[in-house]
Amino acid sequence: MKNTTLFYLLILFLWSNKLISQENSNQGIISGNIQTIGQYYQEDTLINAALPDHQYGFNGFANINYQNGDFRAGIRYESYLNTLEGYPISFNGTGIGYRYLAWEKDKLGVTIGNFYDQFGSGMVLRAYEERQLGIDNSLDGIRLKYEPIKGMYLKAMIGKQRYQFVDGLVNGTGIVRGLDGELNLNEIISDSNKNSRLKVVIGGSFVSKFNDDNKNPVFNLPKNVGASSIRFNLRYNKIRFNGEYVQKINDPYPDNQNEQFNYIYKKGEGLLFNLGYSTKGFALDFSAKHMDNMLWRSTNVNVGPTDLLIGYLPALTKQHTYNLAATLYPYATNFYGEIAYQADLLFKIPKKSILGGKYGTSVAINFATSYTPKRKFVNDMENSRNSYSTKFFSSSDSLLFQDLNIEIKRKINKKVKLNLNYFNFKFNDNAVKVANYYKMIYAQIVVLDLTYQFNRYHSIRFETQGMWTQQDKGNWAFGQIEYTFSPHWYLAILDQYNYGNNNIEKRLHYGLISGGYIDGSHRFSLQFGKQRAGVFCVGGVCRAVPASNGLTFSFTSSF
Amino acid sequence: MKKVFFSISFYFIVFVIVGQLPNINLKDVNGNTVNLSKFSNDGKPIIVNFWATWCKPCKLELNTIADEYDDWVEETGVKLIAVSIDDSRSSTRVEPYINAHEWEYLVLLDPNGDLKRAMNVNNVPHTFLLNGAGKIIWDHNNYSPGDENELYEELVKLTE
Repeated sequence: MKNTTLFYLLILFLWSNKLISQENSNQGIISGNIQTIGQYYQEDTLINAALPDHQYGFNGFANINYQNGDFRAGIRYESYLNTLEGYPISFNGTGIGYRYLAWEKDKLGVTIGNFYDQFGSGMVLRAYEERQLGIDNSLDGIRLKYEPIKGMYLKAMIGKQRYQFVDGLVNGTGIVRGLDGELNLNEIISDSNKNSRLKVVIGGSFVSKFNDDNKNPVFNLPKNVGASSIRFNLRYNKIRFNGEYVQKINDPYPDNQNEQFNYIYKKGEGLLFNLGYSTKGFALDFSAKHMDNMLWRSTNVNVGPTDLLIGYLPALTKQHTYNLAATLYPYATNFYGEIAYQADLLFKIPKKSILGGKYGTSVAINFATSYTPKRKFVNDMENSRNSYSTKFFSSSDSLLFQDLNIEIKRKINKKVKLNLNYFNFKFNDNAVKVANYYKMIYAQIVVLDLTYQFNRYHSIRFETQGMWTQQDKGNWAFGQIEYTFSPHWYLAILDQYNYGNNNIEKRLHYGLISGGYIDGSHRFSLQFGKQRAGVFCVGGVCRAVPASNGLTFSFTSSF
Repeated sequence: MKKVFFSISFYFIVFVIVGQLPNINLKDVNGNTVNLSKFSNDGKPIIVNFWATWCKPCKLELNTIADEYDDWVEETGVKLIAVSIDDSRSSTRVEPYINAHEWEYLVLLDPNGDLKRAMNVNNVPHTFLLNGAGKIIWDHNNYSPGDENELYEELVKLTE
């Protein structure tokens, strides 16, 4: 009911505005976009692809935005008829899932309805949408942003989080309140400092939640829980140094898997640093993270892994895009805690050198590793229930994930571009539990990606990947040929072959053909074939995707 | 005479409509705030390209344009704004990447997706071409090798 009221208000506003605007000849701008995916399923017992009763899945999203001067408004209409296989089934039906009104006047900005926001790196608060994963924890309430002077802002917000979608937005019961402020010292002091070599930005946030969801008779659970963070961003010439510290007071959650984490009253802590140097043709970057007991939801009962999260735990790994590297043994954030490091080296071998070739060669090396924190269990579960203690950046020898990858990119001549990649993964499935193997997995992947451009319209791309591992499902091979006819058409054929599976009957091919037509902002594509079961991750947040076989149609457009 | 008339009306438009980009503040990689509705390229065209460090076609497109960017600027006065939609996980990767690849673009960060939503971007890459008055006159979703030529032709048409 509340959803529809705001929607009618919006319509009324648009309409009344239209009447006024005829006099002022200021109509404002209406724009929008649509995204639809339809899937027709076929049963395939060999790859474990089930045929749902409804046979056909459909997800659709349409946004309509209105802007007139300092005023903005928008709605998103969503349809899950029926929800696509592999997408959270807590999203179903059809209706309005997001609507807002916003305006800016002088130094004040106001948002009413749904909004997305992030404080600092997001550890203390991040309301965001990752549509591909079915994550949407937008806040529904009121947000104020005030900029008293240039270089300074204050934000205050209150709202409930989006939880599910059942013919419309369904919010969780918890309430989230947040305050955030930031000072850009260079902009505050004077404009002449804008070009100063030293730049300083500092900020801080406080977020609290209220919920009374958990009626556990044994424990006395706090109804209000607060978390706070401080952050800085320093820059001197080409050197950048950022950091953030976050702390959360006692916030006990049930844990059926591990008694040592079940309803514990220990405070949560997180520390994140990033140090980088970069100049033309060269960059070196280093990040470190200590995170412990930082699960931060607006409810204290058990919900789905990505539901009602207030905080986001940044992943210190590179997000891979090549199929085998991205979907078999990807990094997934460990909510209990982790100590992680990442280093990146990027450089360009100059053109017209022996190693660089005619056009130069780009090299990117990335190394990431994460460990379980060293925990000293204190055996206090009968009284204070802190369970354990940790020290900053003191890690145990239990490796969660390690990734070394090298990318070499070279333009051979005007027609040929070559991209070579090597990946080396160590993956602790016992902790991560996404590959259903539950032991340590060691995998190596090589990717060769070659593009040949015939002329300004036609090009062809070959991609071959090989993965070698002794564990889990064994070795994989991947091949893809993609033909593009710029600017409108593309056609691709690919096959994945699990030739190394110990079970000979499981040495299967997963063939897929896809084609598409693009016209400006309209994009149609059609895909037919088999998709292997895998893990789909964005930003360290992962979702297991079941195998499927069938026809997929998708369409996106904006106006 | 006709030419004079055109250039007068052209400037008139520029002064009346100071760009049609949404009223949203984004930061560049140095932490400076840029308000897009106030952004102007002195009546010259603007390209707005949405990309991410994890998006292969996006990087291919911007690296391809980077090879020709100097010529484009010289011929048309264009300014390219590369809007990164990287989130807090990968936004620290933006600056190292753009420097290592020697991009000359104005790179802005949109970690919260505010501009992405306001400009109705479904997926990246999505490229917009704006004329001197700030009006979107061409856009393209996706990138295939060769697409940059179409963009260049549209750009040249604008400045003829």
